[in-house]
Amino acid sequence: MKHDEVLKEYSEKLSPALLQEIAASVPANIAKEKLIKILEEAAGLYSRAKINAGECVGLVGAESIGEPGTQMTLNTFHLAGVAEMNVTTGLPRIIEIFDCQKEIKTPMMEVFLKAPHNTIDKVKKFAAALKETLFGELVSEYSLNIYEQTLTLKINETLMKDYGFTDIKELAKLLKTKSKGFISETKDYLIIFTQKDKGGENLKEMYGLKEKLKVVKIKGIKGVKQVLPVKRGEEYIILTSGTNLKDILQLSEVDATRTYGNDLREVYEVLGIEAARQAIINEVYKVMEAQGLNIDIRHIMLVADIMCASGAVKGITRYGVVSEKASVLARASFETPIKHLINAALEGEVDRLTSVVENVMINQPVPLGTGLPGLVTKMK
Amino acid sequence: MDISKHLLVPKHTKLSDVDKKKVFDKYSVTVKELPKIMKDDPAIHALNSKVGDVIMIERESKTAGRAIYYRVVIDG
Repeated sequence: MKHDEVLKEYSEKLSPALLQEIAASVPANIAKEKLIKILEEAAGLYSRAKINAGECVGLVGAESIGEPGTQMTLNTFHLAGVAEMNVTTGLPRIIEIFDCQKEIKTPMMEVFLKAPHNTIDKVKKFAAALKETLFGELVSEYSLNIYEQTLTLKINETLMKDYGFTDIKELAKLLKTKSKGFISETKDYLIIFTQKDKGGENLKEMYGLKEKLKVVKIKGIKGVKQVLPVKRGEEYIILTSGTNLKDILQLSEVDATRTYGNDLREVYEVLGIEAARQAIINEVYKVMEAQGLNIDIRHIMLVADIMCASGAVKGITRYGVVSEKASVLARASFETPIKHLINAALEGEVDRLTSVVENVMINQPVPLGTGLPGLVTKMK
Repeated sequence: MDISKHLLVPKHTKLSDVDKKKVFDKYSVTVKELPKIMKDDPAIHALNSKVGDVIMIERESKTAGRAIYYRVVIDG
């Protein structure tokens, strides 16, 4: 456009999205004066639409998310017999996100694959390779021989071939690091472990070995419990239950720009605080949308910003963001008041009464709206 | 693995001391009042930042198109 420099002048006053919209909707050969007039008018409207200083955005946000939230539980419906993965939705999921819980109920990932790998056959094969397989699944029989002090494992032949192992020796190799102090031999479909130094209390050790071998990972990505290739738009992707973003992003077939998981703590650890903030917004918005609720995204953005302001993801709990409040009374008004008051008394904490709740408690004007500005006078 | 290309990760840049001062003047804030980012945050690994640096983050915003955000690096 020929008036690019005019538009640039307004980049401070108007948001990039608005500028783009204006540039797209005015005729290309518009006179400079007219364009300035339009921009001036738009800037006026924009600044009037902005939130005023002292507006209680947090309270409005809480109401705007809370009220539709009350309707959410009533609209639960379940999808019987749909070949999708079961994911927590609705209120339980919202609580999970906002409290930033350590263990979420249904951790899952959406794995996108790069171009030559995302055809149906290749995706299916790749998905099967992702699934974590433990050695225990292949063993059909364990036998402990106390007299000879040996542990014999019988391997299920068909299963072994299904998982892509042709030789039993390959399997035995994988077990080597976990079976120190034992000599392993293979025979047909048997793996026999014999203890190196006989005598003493080794029955216990052999028992321990058996349990240790059961959980040896022989294939796949740690934590991926289930895989499901599905069609998403034009391409095929893999849904997994169980997450391990760190390892999956390192695979060369995986499109590391779009693959993501729904475990916020993991997103924070692997992709950083800004990604976690975006993930919170996306996840909450997805739940709300699925329930047919219409919440302005700005409210969710505010909550996400607060949760991520300290550099780590903090839940809206008494251990999270509330614990960082400067005022004792504000903390006490949330949960476990007596604990907070006693600790504050022991430490000799001072409350400066600079925020809202503590001023409500002592019946003083709160620093919001018209209560925000103070009066400054010159002292003689 | 380069995480900066991931859809969830916006562009992070380290501000020079001059730009830092400009930001503080524009919003009349001090370093302490800015939101924080941990020193070992994976998104700023490549920037070699130290404690006290200000990171400019260019977010893709659904409402504003593009939004600028600032975080100060802290010891995690």
